[in-house]
Amino acid sequence: MILLALATPPIDWAALAPPLALLAATGVNLLVAVLVPRGDRRVVGAFVALAGFAGALVAAAILFDQSPNGHGVIADAIQRDRLGAFTAMIIAGSGILAIGTSYREPMSDDHIAEYYALLASAGAGMVFLATASNLITLFLGLEWFSISLYILCAIDRELVGSLEAGLKYLIVGGFGSAILLFGSALVYGATGAIEFDRIAQVVQQQSLSDDALLVTGLALMIGGLGFKASAAPFHMWTPDVYEGAPTPVTAFMSAATKAVALVLMLRVLVTAFPQEARLWTVTVAAIACASLAVGNLAALVQRNVKRMLAYSSISHAGFMLIAIAANNALGARALLYYLIPYCAMSVGAFAVVAARERELNRPVTLDNLAGFGWERPLLGVSMVAFMLGFAGFPLTGGFVGKFYVFSAAYEHGWTWLVIVGVAATAVSLYYYLGVIRAMYFRPSEELQLATDPETAAKPPPPFSDTASGVVAGGSPPPERALQAAVTAALVVTVGSFFAVQPLIDAAKKAASSLPF
Amino acid sequence: MDPGWLTTALILLPAAGALVVWIMPLRPFAVGSTALLFALAEVALWIDAAARFDFDQSGLQLAQRQSWFSDLNVSYHVGFYGFSMWLVGLTVVVLAAAIGYAFWAGRERPRAYYGLMLLLTGAIVGVFVAQDLLLFYVFWEAMLIPLYFLVGVWGGAGRLRATLVFVIYTMAGSLLMLASIIVLGLSQGTFDLVESGTNGSDWIFLGFVAAFAVKAPIFPLHAWLPGAYRESSPEVSAVLSGVVSKVAAYGFLRIAIAKFPGPTADLRTPILVLAACGLVYGSLVAFRSPDLRGVIAYSSLAQMGLITLGLFAVNDLGLNGAVLQMINHGLISATLFLLAGAIERRTTTGELGALGGMARGRPALATVLMTTGVIALAVPGSAAFAGEFAILAGVFRTGYGYAIVGAAAMVLAAMYMLRLISAVLHRSPGPSVSEAALDLRPAELTVIVPLVALLLALSAWPAAITERSFASSPPIPNKGSVIATTEAGQLLMLSKELAAKGQSP
Repeated sequence: MILLALATPPIDWAALAPPLALLAATGVNLLVAVLVPRGDRRVVGAFVALAGFAGALVAAAILFDQSPNGHGVIADAIQRDRLGAFTAMIIAGSGILAIGTSYREPMSDDHIAEYYALLASAGAGMVFLATASNLITLFLGLEWFSISLYILCAIDRELVGSLEAGLKYLIVGGFGSAILLFGSALVYGATGAIEFDRIAQVVQQQSLSDDALLVTGLALMIGGLGFKASAAPFHMWTPDVYEGAPTPVTAFMSAATKAVALVLMLRVLVTAFPQEARLWTVTVAAIACASLAVGNLAALVQRNVKRMLAYSSISHAGFMLIAIAANNALGARALLYYLIPYCAMSVGAFAVVAARERELNRPVTLDNLAGFGWERPLLGVSMVAFMLGFAGFPLTGGFVGKFYVFSAAYEHGWTWLVIVGVAATAVSLYYYLGVIRAMYFRPSEELQLATDPETAAKPPPPFSDTASGVVAGGSPPPERALQAAVTAALVVTVGSFFAVQPLIDAAKKAASSLPF
Repeated sequence: MDPGWLTTALILLPAAGALVVWIMPLRPFAVGSTALLFALAEVALWIDAAARFDFDQSGLQLAQRQSWFSDLNVSYHVGFYGFSMWLVGLTVVVLAAAIGYAFWAGRERPRAYYGLMLLLTGAIVGVFVAQDLLLFYVFWEAMLIPLYFLVGVWGGAGRLRATLVFVIYTMAGSLLMLASIIVLGLSQGTFDLVESGTNGSDWIFLGFVAAFAVKAPIFPLHAWLPGAYRESSPEVSAVLSGVVSKVAAYGFLRIAIAKFPGPTADLRTPILVLAACGLVYGSLVAFRSPDLRGVIAYSSLAQMGLITLGLFAVNDLGLNGAVLQMINHGLISATLFLLAGAIERRTTTGELGALGGMARGRPALATVLMTTGVIALAVPGSAAFAGEFAILAGVFRTGYGYAIVGAAAMVLAAMYMLRLISAVLHRSPGPSVSEAALDLRPAELTVIVPLVALLLALSAWPAAITERSFASSPPIPNKGSVIATTEAGQLLMLSKELAAKGQSP
């Protein structure tokens, strides 16, 4: 029998535990979608997904503890190391916060269980991708979470723009995946190896570092990962998709997708292409500068808060790419540290936007945020912390993250990159502080609800419902889940400023999996 | 036994007060009194710290150090030098007065307001005691957050624009400083201010100077000043011009001059010229300003120019005079802004043309304003006179031209200050001054009189500060062979010798 000739590799189930926990949650949720009565699906689905992400978090934490020496498992298809476990923890944490944000999202109950199934599935794909150690698993993981996200973006059919967002993401994302696949194929063609470390070996042994095929493949791979990290000039889809997708999905995407794409870019570049460092450091630095420029300048003129946060996420991709471009241990540490407050701030900020959206039942703009900070003290103070964190103010982890990133660039000898980053930070203040200004400095009497095109024609009669049946400015029921998520994000944002030492130690251990 | 916890307590007490005010469900009156209580406790704590401080001993005292993250050698390191002790004293006193004034005047959303004021107190104290570059930056930026809210929420009609300009200017400078801090800290291998040695890079120096020059402000980086000082509520203006500007002067002293002797010597001339320009320009604009706050704001610009002259004279006289003048000006401009607030409450305007004749029937107001104004114009015998004289004597050794400009500016100071006094108190009653406008109330007096009393005490005994700022050693912690090789170092040595011959102010 031919089957006997195929030796199945030993499976390290522990290494696979995080994605398996999330896959189990996916499977259970698909059953929930058909077996549980309609009215209960929202609660059950959320709890199953929560269990999945919490399980993945615990499994990743154990894995982090148990894998001091990184090594390939399952025929070297994936890497069991602290870098993967660290990233898995960040993704699982973002997922938990995203579930809190999703809980009261006004979505019809029809597909709510599928929504949570897809959320868990996307998380599983990301967690798996974070451990990828060859070109096949790289592509597999990437497509796995991307396909889940395409559907998630389009899942709320009643939301204007959701379907459009999904389609746009599908087309552009598919294009990005194709570029990555093509790049991988070229690299394989040049080296005949698919494992990252084998690629590096072959390049060194056969001195292929100037090989046109290899360099082209590398460039295409950077581009493909750049799409997922939404770095300029591969960012075109980001504002539209972030704006159109349901806000909890945007929250999850902006945090987890970026985290995994950047960690993977770091892993691929450092393990597979150390000989090409002189090429890719400059390329990544250029992409970082482009992202900083595009993200910051475009965010300046946005009135829609989700769109503004989308551009802000592009600029943050730029900051984190600086850490990758530094190509040193400090840079790896900087990236991994930066991701912790960044993901918390990102999910938290979108969660606050989601809360306001549900109050107003319309997209949140800087104008209709007026007075929000005074009306909702907890959400307001949290949003202030997230904005200040994005802007790199002290008392938030965003400051320490930026400090590490700039330090890494300086250690690489690129003081000019520090200056670029500092200039970008200065520009970013305008729009981050603009949110605070909108929330606190403008009294809520200035709130102009009539600017909405639907209601602009007729003056809104007092005390009457808007078209959707929600009294504008009225008080919706308190959202405990969302408040808990925002509070957790706030704790991480501020806590990461004070507890730098333990977090940076963890990041250091994770970064030690990489050959610096 | 060095009670370093006192320094930390000075930072944490106001922060704890802020949390109490924010979280505890207090009634509005209780909020104000709780905040005031915390501010007064902070003053008491400072008095305790000052009593334990040995002013004759050089080096860092009341120090506390704790590693923050070790891979880049960043630590929580705080402690006092003589001059920082005085500046912290100024901070806690002015902030207590400001909180007292706000308590009396009443502010909307009191919980948020007093919490932010207390947080601001902690942050400013932190800047003065931080002995780690990154920690210094952390407090420096943390200071901006409450200020942004205090001006932006409780300010006047033009507050949105004023805060925007204020923040953009400040942050542009601060971020250049961050870049400088990173380069300096990583090249030294430590961010500790006491451990790290001097540096000779002009660019790093300029990054720091940019931040301090914006915050001070130094001419021509003062575009944020009129808006911020005019649109804030009076007590916030008092804090801004009285204390926050001193943070910048402290930065010049503690970092720019102490860590960069070479660049200081290289770039001293342009800085001195700009400071002198600011001194003259600020005085002239103050003389022509149509409103109370404008006069005080631009006189603040002028005074910061004078203080910068003293600092960059880099000799004992100049440095001692500058520290004394920092305290003087902090108290003077805080008093004047609070008085301006009191006058604006009574007349609903700060336009000098609409004021006048307020001395009649309002003896307390007239006495307090007159006393402060006379001290501010540096009448001989006043604390400001001692400070300005020492500064001018110090800068005279650097170049007599600066001293001439400075002396001329003292005349201008007399002009604008007398104009302000007579426009408010004398002449016939202005259109906005009604007969019913009251004299200063006892509550206002309890806030303002202590500040004036401190000024009078300093007038009687300026040596309390000049002889207790730099102990026996200059502010430069690592003087010695490194610094003596530079021009600035030689200047310092020279000034020590001169001082030893008995040429003190």
